[in-house]
Amino acid sequence: MFVTPSYSSIPFAKSSRVVQRNEKMWPIYILNGLYFAAFIFLISLGLNIILGVMGVLNLAHGSLYATGAFMAAWTIVALDEGASIFLIYPALLTGAVIAAIFGLFMEYFLIRPMYKRALEYQLLITFGALLLFEDVIKMIWGGEALYASGPFDVLGRIHILGNPYPLYFLFVMILAVVVGISIWLFMVKTKIGVMLRAISLDREMATAMGLKIDKLGTFAFVLGAALAGFAGALVVPTTPALLGFGMEPLILAFIVVVIGGLGSLKGALVGSLVVGQTRSIGIALFPEIELAVLFLIATVILVVRPQGLFGR
Amino acid sequence: MALKRFLMRPRFIIYAVVILGFVFLPRLLSTFNLILFEYGLTFAIVALGFNLLLGYTGLLSFGHGAYFAAGAYGVAMTAKYFPAHFSLEILIPAALLVSLIISAIFGFVCVRHTRIFFSILALALSMLLYALVFKFYHVTGGSDGLYVKIPSVFGYTFEGVRRPQFLMGFYYYFLLGVFFAALILMKGIVSSPFGKALQAIRDNEVRAELIGIRVRRYRLYAFIISGMYAGLGGALWSFVNGHVTPDVAHWVFSGEIVYMTLLGGFAVLAGPVVGALIFTFLKLYAMGSTEYWMLIIGATLIILVLVLPAGIAGGFAKLVAKISQHFATRAA
Repeated sequence: MFVTPSYSSIPFAKSSRVVQRNEKMWPIYILNGLYFAAFIFLISLGLNIILGVMGVLNLAHGSLYATGAFMAAWTIVALDEGASIFLIYPALLTGAVIAAIFGLFMEYFLIRPMYKRALEYQLLITFGALLLFEDVIKMIWGGEALYASGPFDVLGRIHILGNPYPLYFLFVMILAVVVGISIWLFMVKTKIGVMLRAISLDREMATAMGLKIDKLGTFAFVLGAALAGFAGALVVPTTPALLGFGMEPLILAFIVVVIGGLGSLKGALVGSLVVGQTRSIGIALFPEIELAVLFLIATVILVVRPQGLFGR
Repeated sequence: MALKRFLMRPRFIIYAVVILGFVFLPRLLSTFNLILFEYGLTFAIVALGFNLLLGYTGLLSFGHGAYFAAGAYGVAMTAKYFPAHFSLEILIPAALLVSLIISAIFGFVCVRHTRIFFSILALALSMLLYALVFKFYHVTGGSDGLYVKIPSVFGYTFEGVRRPQFLMGFYYYFLLGVFFAALILMKGIVSSPFGKALQAIRDNEVRAELIGIRVRRYRLYAFIISGMYAGLGGALWSFVNGHVTPDVAHWVFSGEIVYMTLLGGFAVLAGPVVGALIFTFLKLYAMGSTEYWMLIIGATLIILVLVLPAGIAGGFAKLVAKISQHFATRAA
């Protein structure tokens, strides 16, 4: 009969490759936390840029992430298992590219007519886009799980304090740091970055100064979407891409934004570190209420400091 | 004379026709469609309450599934832990109490903020409830959910009655009664001084504060009332569905509540009701006819927001106003 379809069919899937736990593995928990933080950082960075520059909370951000994951997995599978490392790693970038393309279309057709409209409509149109994306993904890549562990297997493991640890996780962390630093440099040093920051500080004044809000907004949205798609591509070697895949990271990114503050890059960094470590330690110590603790932290921060840790 | 003028008003005639139609609906619709209609009615109650917050107070909550779940789980947990008291006249107040408590706690946190922060916070809190319900398998049944059997009413048990019979007979009229009571109560709330104060807050927060309205407290009251409506809807829904799962606390379900309200139009009192009924049928028939039902629903939502932002009932009201204005100017 009428059953609410389970959107949450993969409820908060845990990364399946995270190393087994025991008491002597605290360094590994911390590293796992950093790994979680790394890709949540990429997602929430994109969400935050879009939110800061355009003032739109993109509920379909998780779907862009899922699109990136499916595209990257599909490309790696198509390249065949034995492809060389120099082919497999660039293949991860296809995730960012497809998400950027989807983001471009979405911005142009859906978000742009919404600029002057009330908040409700902006949220609802991204919610509509979320439903739409879910089925577009199903149409393009089918409903089955896509699994592409090539990049993970190629790198192998190293030993950290006597515990084996996948090198791929370290690779993701380094990549996140590199992306974070380059976004920061971009925002501070380049002209476009300065213009973007100007818009997020004072939209009206920026318009009065003659900045092309439309084009810059499109750019910010595409950048945010590409970051989400890239994060999706990075996670696919460790977890298979499934339908409804984007829900969990979206919620985590919301928590990061809430903790760190709207539109703040520093906030995104600190927020994702808090979320990543809480998840990793939570899974080890109190797996039943690990998520509840996260939401609780976010709520407490909002009550004590409504604008978030680094919000204005 | 006054009574006669009242009876001759077109508005009254429409009401009378609608109520009569609702009463005779079990004879007109097939079992399947009638049960679907009952789902629609329960969602209509939820959307009515939700609209007090969105349409009249100007707060967009993306977490009303939490209070719906509070009502539904209030019923299901009573069934699990107090099977002796599984009776409608106990269950409905119990569900209202649970949703009152949850919405008072969550509302206390949420109403400190407005606009986008309010939405995110409501969403985060509903996901907190979702995570708790999902993870505490032994208490709440986890992802398996809980079974809700047919309740008794004032000592009368429906023994040997199967669920479709129960739903088509007694329960339909019970649901209809509760629905109309909720509708009239909501009409009373929005036309009372309290309702007017909420609308003042929506239109201009600073001005409302300056004329002496205690903005935050009024928002909290609106939040609690709206949460209790959601809880009532959830409780009634649990009997129709017969099974309660954590999905109703997930934020996507909350998004559907927002969708229903907007589909009908949030500027009109009856808008959410129309939206909820249409949404229920649209969703199920879309699910039945194609694998890509989310595409249909998503596209409908996008087109709606772009083309008909006032919703179906809102658009209809606008059309009626335009036509009557047209005749008025012609007569003058």
